[in-house]
Amino acid sequence: MGGRESTLVLLDEKGIRCDGRKVDEPRRIMIKAGGLKNADGSAYIEFGDNKILVGVYGPRDVHPKHMSNTDTGILRVRYHMEPFSVSERKNPAPSRREIEISKVIKEALLPAVMLEKFPRTAVDVFIEVLQADGGSRCAALSAASVALADAGIPMRDLVASCAAGKVADTIVLDVNNEEDQAGQADMPVGYMPQLKKITLLQLDGVLSPEEFKKCVETGVKGCEIVYELQKKALTDKYFQNRGDQ
Amino acid sequence: MTTTVIDDLRRSQILELLDQGKRIDGRALDEPRKLTVEVDAIPKANGSARVRLGDTEVICGVKIQPDRPFPDMGDKGIFICTAELLPLSHPSVETGPPNPDVIELARVVDRGIRESHMVDVSQLVIEKNKSVVGVFADIVVVDYDGNLFDACSYAATAALLTSKMPKWEMKDDVPTLVEGIELDLPTTTIPVSITMAKIGNHIVVDPNSDEWDSMDSRITITTDPDGNIVAMQKGGNDGFTIDEIIKCGDLSIKVGAQIRENLKQASKGS
Repeated sequence: MGGRESTLVLLDEKGIRCDGRKVDEPRRIMIKAGGLKNADGSAYIEFGDNKILVGVYGPRDVHPKHMSNTDTGILRVRYHMEPFSVSERKNPAPSRREIEISKVIKEALLPAVMLEKFPRTAVDVFIEVLQADGGSRCAALSAASVALADAGIPMRDLVASCAAGKVADTIVLDVNNEEDQAGQADMPVGYMPQLKKITLLQLDGVLSPEEFKKCVETGVKGCEIVYELQKKALTDKYFQNRGDQ
Repeated sequence: MTTTVIDDLRRSQILELLDQGKRIDGRALDEPRKLTVEVDAIPKANGSARVRLGDTEVICGVKIQPDRPFPDMGDKGIFICTAELLPLSHPSVETGPPNPDVIELARVVDRGIRESHMVDVSQLVIEKNKSVVGVFADIVVVDYDGNLFDACSYAATAALLTSKMPKWEMKDDVPTLVEGIELDLPTTTIPVSITMAKIGNHIVVDPNSDEWDSMDSRITITTDPDGNIVAMQKGGNDGFTIDEIIKCGDLSIKVGAQIRENLKQASKGS
């Protein structure tokens, strides 16, 4: 790895990144609502080379019972990577990284989901990463929002997510895998565009206060791009094709 | 699982239809559901396939990497096949360690492919007794509608048929990747598994989930292109007569031949 970092041009003089994108350009994003027959709601996202499938069940009975809450429903999220999703085969058992990501995604979704309407129940969100690339948690969170909406669960807003970061001393949108390895900072952002609320924020790397401000703004702009695609995915399923269903 | 009134009603409806020679979804008794195979669904894997058998959907990804040989098999590479039911595939699937049904599923799928000697493990040796190539076929179920045995087996077979293998050489006692070389994974045959359910006195091929829940017993038979039977697994709470077993053997060869053509076509040109 060490040798490669020095030869990789992260940002050329024209401001073009190593995969040919501009500084403020996200990777290719495709979101589809639905697709799974058994799940109450589902979504599929391709975000760069990420391929992620999300299934939602609920609101349904809580097992084990002691987890249930008489005042509100509970949200459970599992982020899981397939053994074949990464270059070196991954042990199928959940890793510490996957458990942490499951938790931050859950906490990013909670402000949006109106669980108080379903006391004593659980909503389960199962995220399966079929192929992983940089920014899989953002892609997973964006798809999970669409799957929750597809399941008909009342929400205050969709949570859209996109990362921003610092690469070759420049703040860029949607850091890819190479940029994440060789870059200076990576900041995943989850955002509810209607409510203007950030619900996921992580950072690894070093940023000055000015850079930090720019990075958050850039990430939020990315979320707004994703938001339009999330709405389009739902519209395509529920409005466009209504005639032939 | 406890049976409900609905289960009983469904079983009697299925039985009633079978007595008239019909199935609940309109298929002939020896007719498998529509099989769709999409190979290279996961470009980052060495080989992959997304398979739909009716409404059952599974994905298999193959990973190929250097490994240490098993102590008593230093002149053979490693082939391992796993299967997992993802919790998004059905409301009753729970997270956590696999239950006996899923363990049986993974072992039966592994056995069918292993015993057919589809993957030529003798060609997967980097240095005898020291380093070999390991081939991992990991299968995940994303949507459940019965008969996972066959869907998983077809996905693994199609993924293996289209797998590309990197090359390693020993350098300073470490297997080292030789850049720029990619070979087809050495395969010798195409095994096909056919699962049949016994419901009352009837044998049906490729049971869907309604039939799966109503069956008395089942049998999975894997055959090779020469018409040999290479692996078998009986399951369920009832038995088969000898005549029924012979009939199932014949069915698995006949129906298996159609499926084999389907898998061959799907794996072509990749």
